[in-house]
Amino acid sequence: MNLLTQKIQLAKLAHARSGDKADWVDFGLFAWNAAGYAVLAREVTAERVQAHFAPWLPGQVECWTLPNILAIKLVLHDALQGGGARNLRLDNLGKSMAAALLRMEINVNADELAACLAAPRVGWWGEKT
Amino acid sequence: MKKSIRVGAGLGFYGDAWEPVLASIERGGVHYIASDHLAELTLAILQKDLQRDVSLGYARDVVPMLVALWPAMAQRKVCFICNAGGLNPSGAAAAVRAAFAAKGWAARVAVVTGDEVLQQVKDLSPTHMFHGGSLDEVRDRMVFANAYLGARPIVSALQQGADIVITGRVADAALFLGPLVHELNWNLGDEAPATPQDLNRLAQGLAVGHLLECSGQGSGGNFGSLQAWKAIPDLAHIGYPMAEVSEDGSAVIMKAPGTGGRINFDTVRQQLLYEVHNPSEYFSPDVVLDMSTIHLEDLGQDRVRMTGATGHPRTGQLKVVGGYRDGFKAEVTWGFSWPDAYDKALAAVEMVKSQLADKRVPHEALFVEFPGLNSAHGALAPLPQGQALADLNEVWVRMVLRTRDKKAADGFGRLFPWMGLSGPAYTCGFHGLHNTSELLGIWPALIDRSLVEPNTRIEMVQT
Repeated sequence: MNLLTQKIQLAKLAHARSGDKADWVDFGLFAWNAAGYAVLAREVTAERVQAHFAPWLPGQVECWTLPNILAIKLVLHDALQGGGARNLRLDNLGKSMAAALLRMEINVNADELAACLAAPRVGWWGEKT
Repeated sequence: MKKSIRVGAGLGFYGDAWEPVLASIERGGVHYIASDHLAELTLAILQKDLQRDVSLGYARDVVPMLVALWPAMAQRKVCFICNAGGLNPSGAAAAVRAAFAAKGWAARVAVVTGDEVLQQVKDLSPTHMFHGGSLDEVRDRMVFANAYLGARPIVSALQQGADIVITGRVADAALFLGPLVHELNWNLGDEAPATPQDLNRLAQGLAVGHLLECSGQGSGGNFGSLQAWKAIPDLAHIGYPMAEVSEDGSAVIMKAPGTGGRINFDTVRQQLLYEVHNPSEYFSPDVVLDMSTIHLEDLGQDRVRMTGATGHPRTGQLKVVGGYRDGFKAEVTWGFSWPDAYDKALAAVEMVKSQLADKRVPHEALFVEFPGLNSAHGALAPLPQGQALADLNEVWVRMVLRTRDKKAADGFGRLFPWMGLSGPAYTCGFHGLHNTSELLGIWPALIDRSLVEPNTRIEMVQT
């Protein structure tokens, strides 16, 4: 057993897409398999995601879990300077913001990380990545 | 044999490609195409067109798209439903009729109107759906307000024999739900009360529409991931998603043979949650969808079966998207090369701030970002440290002024040229001398459906 805890980026265990509604950006965050989902469901909370975005966008965060599709749904408020049609950023719709979520660091121990990476990806047909 | 119907994705936004739609018609065996041309932002763009010319205000790509697709559609009796009418569905239909007349083509085009609610919104003053603000702050500056209509007018248009249905602000997924209700005899609940089984079927149909409304995003496009996106084949020839939907609501998501992209558990679920808030309460004009009971089964060969969506009764209200004038922006982008590129960009920003103060330029904000360094992720993007930052090959800085004063925006670019000879050295590119555009704020709100739905009209146009 190796229970030594390490920090990894979400990108290592999950994929994600972001979208916009008015001034809110929403994220779908998806584990590649059930082992990964167990880690995400434990580590990705509204409070931690809010703390992750706070240095840039200190809005409120809401969070829902969807074990049926191994996913977490997140919404970040006050994320687009009032909305896409008035946002001055180049990425005025927050299309790249899911990648900013994938930068977030979570805690895993060596055994569970190995289990997540060894389990097959549910929807993947053996493609090499 | 159990009846089923095959619907395919049209465009996912104003400006999307229609070659994949042709593939679905010619090789995918679809009976219907539903095409979503309207994002929140699109109505803002169309409003600017309408101000310039009252015959515009619709998504103009509808005309060349239908001209390109109609011969294949007519041959296979495929019907087409789209919300390309935007703020002027009758104008869109007139443009399509003119283009079809020039070709000598005969088609029955249904025009759906009644989503326009600007006056009602001004009178009723609904609060902002997200932050609860009062409409008083923006009422005088409102330029459009449209309610999201549901599937009913589309069903009616199809019952009247329409080949093409052009609507204004119909909810994206309802464009797909309409033909499913029409063909599979589902109960929308406006004549007889919807049973739980009816609601679950509608929920499945809505989920299908949601999976298809963003074109290639439902078949492997925009697949946000580390490395994995590379495994999705041939995006240049992507096939848009299609769905075979049975009477009981169960659906198989697929795409036309010989096209690129990928339909699997991962690409489908990434789209399922796109632009969703509470996934157990995905509101629509026709049904409230609970996604937490959905089961996705990857069948392989670009096929995913979806079952299990739960439906709850629709509410008494419709969502409205309103837009109001919200000042102007002007932007300038400027590049500096090594050495000290980052420091020179920072120095240039300070010089511009000093000029804005000297000239007392009225403005609400000067927004600064560094494309290539932090424009995507702001403070979450780690900058190179120490000497690595000083040694960057080049740094671009983008400065954007937000102001209520159009003259201030028009004059922003003139604060810069002097620095070409009198500012920091090794500038390597500049643009934005004349770069004013109007900003629009979005006002999402709720309105009683009884104030909107009686005004819905369907006009049949024979080309």
